[in-house]
Amino acid sequence: MPAINLSKTAASDHASRVFDLDQMSLRELNQALHNLTPGSNETAWEVLNPKGSHSVAVGVDQPVTIDVRGSVGYYCGGMNSGSAITVHGSAGPGVGENMMSGSITIKGDASQYAGATGKGGLLVIEGNASSRCGISMKGIDIVVHGNIGHMSAFMAQSGNLVVLGDAGDALGDSIYEARLFVRGKVDSLGADCIEKAMRPEHLELLQGLLDRAGVTGAKPSEFKRYGSARTLYNFNIDNADAY
Amino acid sequence: MTYRNPPTTPRKSATFDDYTLSEIRRAAATGIYDIRGAGAKRKLPHFDDLLFLGASISRYPLEGYRERCDTSVVLGSRHAKKPIELKIPITIAGMSFGSLSGPAKEALGRGATLSGTSTTTGDGGMTEEERGHSKQLVYQYLPSRYGMNLRDLRRADAIEVVVGQGAKPGGGGMLLGQKISDRVAEMRTLPKGIDQRSASRHPDWTGPDDLEIKILELREITDWEKPIYVKVGGARPYYDTALAVKAGADVVVVDGMQGGTAATQEVFIENVGQPTLACIRPAVQALQDLGMHRKVQLIVSGGIRNGADVAKALALGVDAVSIGTAALVALGDNDPRWEAEYNELGTTAGAYDDWHEGRDPAGITTQDPELMKRVDPVAAGRRLANYLKVMTLEAQTIARACGKNSLHNLEPEDLVALTIEAAAMAGVPLAGTNWIPGKNGF
Repeated sequence: MPAINLSKTAASDHASRVFDLDQMSLRELNQALHNLTPGSNETAWEVLNPKGSHSVAVGVDQPVTIDVRGSVGYYCGGMNSGSAITVHGSAGPGVGENMMSGSITIKGDASQYAGATGKGGLLVIEGNASSRCGISMKGIDIVVHGNIGHMSAFMAQSGNLVVLGDAGDALGDSIYEARLFVRGKVDSLGADCIEKAMRPEHLELLQGLLDRAGVTGAKPSEFKRYGSARTLYNFNIDNADAY
Repeated sequence: MTYRNPPTTPRKSATFDDYTLSEIRRAAATGIYDIRGAGAKRKLPHFDDLLFLGASISRYPLEGYRERCDTSVVLGSRHAKKPIELKIPITIAGMSFGSLSGPAKEALGRGATLSGTSTTTGDGGMTEEERGHSKQLVYQYLPSRYGMNLRDLRRADAIEVVVGQGAKPGGGGMLLGQKISDRVAEMRTLPKGIDQRSASRHPDWTGPDDLEIKILELREITDWEKPIYVKVGGARPYYDTALAVKAGADVVVVDGMQGGTAATQEVFIENVGQPTLACIRPAVQALQDLGMHRKVQLIVSGGIRNGADVAKALALGVDAVSIGTAALVALGDNDPRWEAEYNELGTTAGAYDDWHEGRDPAGITTQDPELMKRVDPVAAGRRLANYLKVMTLEAQTIARACGKNSLHNLEPEDLVALTIEAAAMAGVPLAGTNWIPGKNGF
């Protein structure tokens, strides 16, 4: 086993387990995270020098906190189950892909496919997200402080996508039952995605999401809601142009 | 008496044959393409067009029932800490819960386990029926990611990244509303009763360089324990195999156009992709060119029916084959005992392929609680095991006749082709000649 560097951090009274990717391998990091058992007192982790590494802290299934000091490559926090990951930098493609539960916060920007196919948990992107944010999402909640790119929420099945800025073209193309809330402008809506009335329960839901994501200075009433027109749910030849 | 000119016999067009005419009428009446299950039904060059030479003065055979002929195969030894060890080189292909009933999935697991081989999930997640009854279960990682979750990924024995399938290279799955029951809807996070069209492209990677990073992620999540397969439809087998190897696959699965689907457009099934026979040599060549033949294993599927097909595929350089349609038939699909009910559906036993409608009289491709009771998972699993045993014995019979003490020692030199097409595709001589079309300048 590699030597473990234990140190105190300002953020916590507990010893934080520090993992320096300049000194140890990605494999050692992920294996150590996977070796955690319920009740472990190694609840706070810090990852130094990620330098764009792919697959940082993937498949974690214990409720630990992981602070990544720097930017990450593809699939950071992939399939996360219960851990709270904060990336103090930007994230490459597929951050939080297929997340099951827990949370991931990106202090910077996120590349394509952020939160793709996520089943649960909360993904917060404090900067902007690129194209295909929330593609095929299946229950995850995603809050983007900035803007999102084109084809976001493509085939989104379930969950909530909140965007404080603007959305690119073809938002929510072929969407199922996911809810999309956008405060800024939407360049265009994709097939079968329409604007929907913001009812009291949606305002309440949205306020809860903003609170969970630590957003201040934005009111639910400033957002518009988008979702499925449900016209493509069953084949109809008169909709052939939309398929 | 009036003289009548002798009439000509009514003549139907070879181009506009009865099937074609019926399809034009159907399209005109409904305004939508025909959707069906199964693979390509058209006549294609296939394993039937190859023959084994057997032993003669220059080759001596093994005793049929006494001398050992090994059938085992190890899949995934390239990178995985826990490769899959199979007793027979015949696996059960991915078929989804949703397209198939729970009892049918359980029967596949039982049959495969009795036979010492693996079965595979499908585009609908992993069910308890299947995990519980499959000693070795391959978990498919599909574009839709329906039901994909960390726990199931970790309790799988191998992971198969599905890029495409032979029935529809470049197309996603379909599951029409009749089959989206409460349970299927919940597993897929979809509204009940909708016509579901799976994505044709993975949501979080595109191209071989991304695939390499995706495979790395899957290995990291599963601590490098599980073999990772990459499955492609029979489109560009040379390049797809080479790129899968480059991306880090332990096993490459190539599915020819006879490989079945739960539901896709007829026009797609019959007109896109290549026959299984045409896919094998390019895929093997890619592995050989990379120095990875037998290091990365090759599984081929699409129209494997008997031990001769198995032996021929292995002789052409394949490590294992996979069966889907044939396994369903062993369970009881298209059984003439349900002929009256097939007739009521406007079809006949052996031709029934409207699997998407969920009214399968045999209870296999349905979510109807009454129909699925017709599948006894124990008895159907036993039939599948029997069938796999027969296929294995048949393949061994041929291998021993060719003097081989392992199915994997069969080689192209053991084969000839009956047609020029098959000779060209398989890269073996036309029977009675030493001519391999395309080789040596001819």
